[in-house]
Amino acid sequence: MALSDKDRIFTNLYGTQPWNLQAAKMRGDWDGTAGFIGKGRDWIIEEVKNSGLRGRGGAGFPTGMKWSFMPKQSDGRPAYLVVNADESEPGTCKDRDIIRHDPQKLIEGCLIAGFAMNAVAGYIYIRGEYYNEAMVLEAAIAEAYEAGLLGKNAAGSGYDFDLYVHRGAGAYICGEETALIESLEGKKGMPRLKPPFPAAVGLYGCPTTVNNVETIAVVPTILRRGAGWFAGFGRPKNAGTKVFCISGHVNKPCNVEAEMSIPLRELIDRYAGGVRGGWDNLLAVIPGGSSVPLLPKHICDDVLMDFDALREHRSGLGTAGVIVMDKSTDVVRAIARLAHFYKHESCGQCTPCREGTGWMKRVMDRMVRGEAEIEEIDVLEQVTRQVEGHTICALGDAAAWPIQGLIRHFRPEMERRILERQGRTVPLAAE
Amino acid sequence: MTDRPEEKGQAQRGPDSLRDQGTGGGFEHTHAQGKAEHDQPTHFAFDEQSEREVEKFIARYPAGKQASAVIPLLYVVQKQTGRQTGSAWVPRVAMDVIAKRLGMPAIRVYEVATFYFMFNTKPIGRYHLQVCGTTPCMLRGSDDVLRACKDAGGLKGYGDTSADGNFTLTEVECLGACVNAPILQVDDDYYEDLDYDSTVKLIEALKRGERPRPGSVIGRQTSAPEGGPNTLTGVEE
Repeated sequence: MALSDKDRIFTNLYGTQPWNLQAAKMRGDWDGTAGFIGKGRDWIIEEVKNSGLRGRGGAGFPTGMKWSFMPKQSDGRPAYLVVNADESEPGTCKDRDIIRHDPQKLIEGCLIAGFAMNAVAGYIYIRGEYYNEAMVLEAAIAEAYEAGLLGKNAAGSGYDFDLYVHRGAGAYICGEETALIESLEGKKGMPRLKPPFPAAVGLYGCPTTVNNVETIAVVPTILRRGAGWFAGFGRPKNAGTKVFCISGHVNKPCNVEAEMSIPLRELIDRYAGGVRGGWDNLLAVIPGGSSVPLLPKHICDDVLMDFDALREHRSGLGTAGVIVMDKSTDVVRAIARLAHFYKHESCGQCTPCREGTGWMKRVMDRMVRGEAEIEEIDVLEQVTRQVEGHTICALGDAAAWPIQGLIRHFRPEMERRILERQGRTVPLAAE
Repeated sequence: MTDRPEEKGQAQRGPDSLRDQGTGGGFEHTHAQGKAEHDQPTHFAFDEQSEREVEKFIARYPAGKQASAVIPLLYVVQKQTGRQTGSAWVPRVAMDVIAKRLGMPAIRVYEVATFYFMFNTKPIGRYHLQVCGTTPCMLRGSDDVLRACKDAGGLKGYGDTSADGNFTLTEVECLGACVNAPILQVDDDYYEDLDYDSTVKLIEALKRGERPRPGSVIGRQTSAPEGGPNTLTGVEE
């Protein structure tokens, strides 16, 4: 059973209606917000826990639990909510639609989440390239202030909460929560060592929780429709609906909100017009944004799109940015381009990542042309292992995984290029 | 080894150039320094419009935490320079003005201006053509978009500014609009679902001083599938 429109949270995903407050209220936003706040912090956190919501920014950490890490009583320091709208993971463009077409869902979510963690203010850190989207968000926040939904006694709840937009300036690393905090403080976006975690020492040294846009924006609807409703979609521990971004070699690339645990093939066929040239023309899919390893067709045939199913296949749901590659794809070049991306975006703080991403890129560039020895594939694999897990943040891992996935699933293609370039015949596997 | 903002170009800047030195690259940008110095104005002051924005931004952060406004203020400078000279960039003297205004050491502002990719630390063309070349755009034909930019814009490649001063060409990393790939960002606007011909058409229009409407050039409803949404069709208008 496909998800029906009445169960979709983002009813203006495509911007067919206006984004303004009046239209948003017609879509159900800001209905009963003060009532939820009246039920108290513990009730909100419990509802979010019961809904099974896991963070939508890539790591999939349970949201209610994350909120519960914030101090119950202030020690005198204010607390902050920070929303990560630094959407930069290649293949991902869902938060952009939420911000430009349904910003009140995010703003209402900020008030509720901010209250639940006792935050005095929220900052929405939006990537610099989303200039027009930031303008919409600024205007939507101004409208919310005007209507008394933010500021003193926000939405008549008796709670005071301020919300601000902060634009980034073109640095993928600022999607990492502690780099984002550094950036918000006016510094270079270099990740911090953890612990201390942001819930203890975050923005300006104060307790802080960083959540993804989609995570925050679904919360008001979860409270309105009940945790059980949200938990009813997807397999256990993989609950809810999710905005998927389907890009690459499909007939109709698009964003779509679907239920978690939907089969990958159904997602592509039903919503994105199928693979270019038909399903049998599929080569591979990167299922969760560029950081997760690609999956060859035979796994794509029946894999489910959720955290656990993709993990079983040594990949991940990540941000649910589905990058589809048909048989015309130069798959080595596709991954080499990602190696270039990570080299470009490494902040340079940790040696394994700073040096490793450049090294991996250069070797991958040679692999594209076959200018290598067969043994170098093993050396490359070994180097990815030396980067992975040896850095402050996950960028090093993210740079290593796509290459590991390529070697795991497409090693014969890499070897073929090398042999071809050396003018040697390519041994055929016994059929 | 110094890391001074004026030494960086579009094609080689920020932490990247530092990394290149560390991994066997040369010191080539040190001799470019003299040339770049000529481009630096000796004076900068916020104009009236900028002053209003500066005040607005600083008010967003708690007292004593105004360093948070460094990125917003660098944008204010870049916009103002664009308004006044037709080339949107951040001169070093303006970084000093920001440092003074925010009560922070100038080096901290230089660091931020060179770390983040979106600040141009040397003059650029009137239009900034930013081609997304990351894999989702690559799969959908960003090579053609690049070729069209070169052909129609009179550009040799990434980092180049056209002889007429109209265009600067930059390769950018994933712009986050992948379901509308390939994308060309012109200044602040995304043009989506491009191919060679539509990119040429866009650049020709820019040359005539026109500014086509941003978004999908094939008339798609934002991120909905081509031909119209297949979900949310029952939602009341």
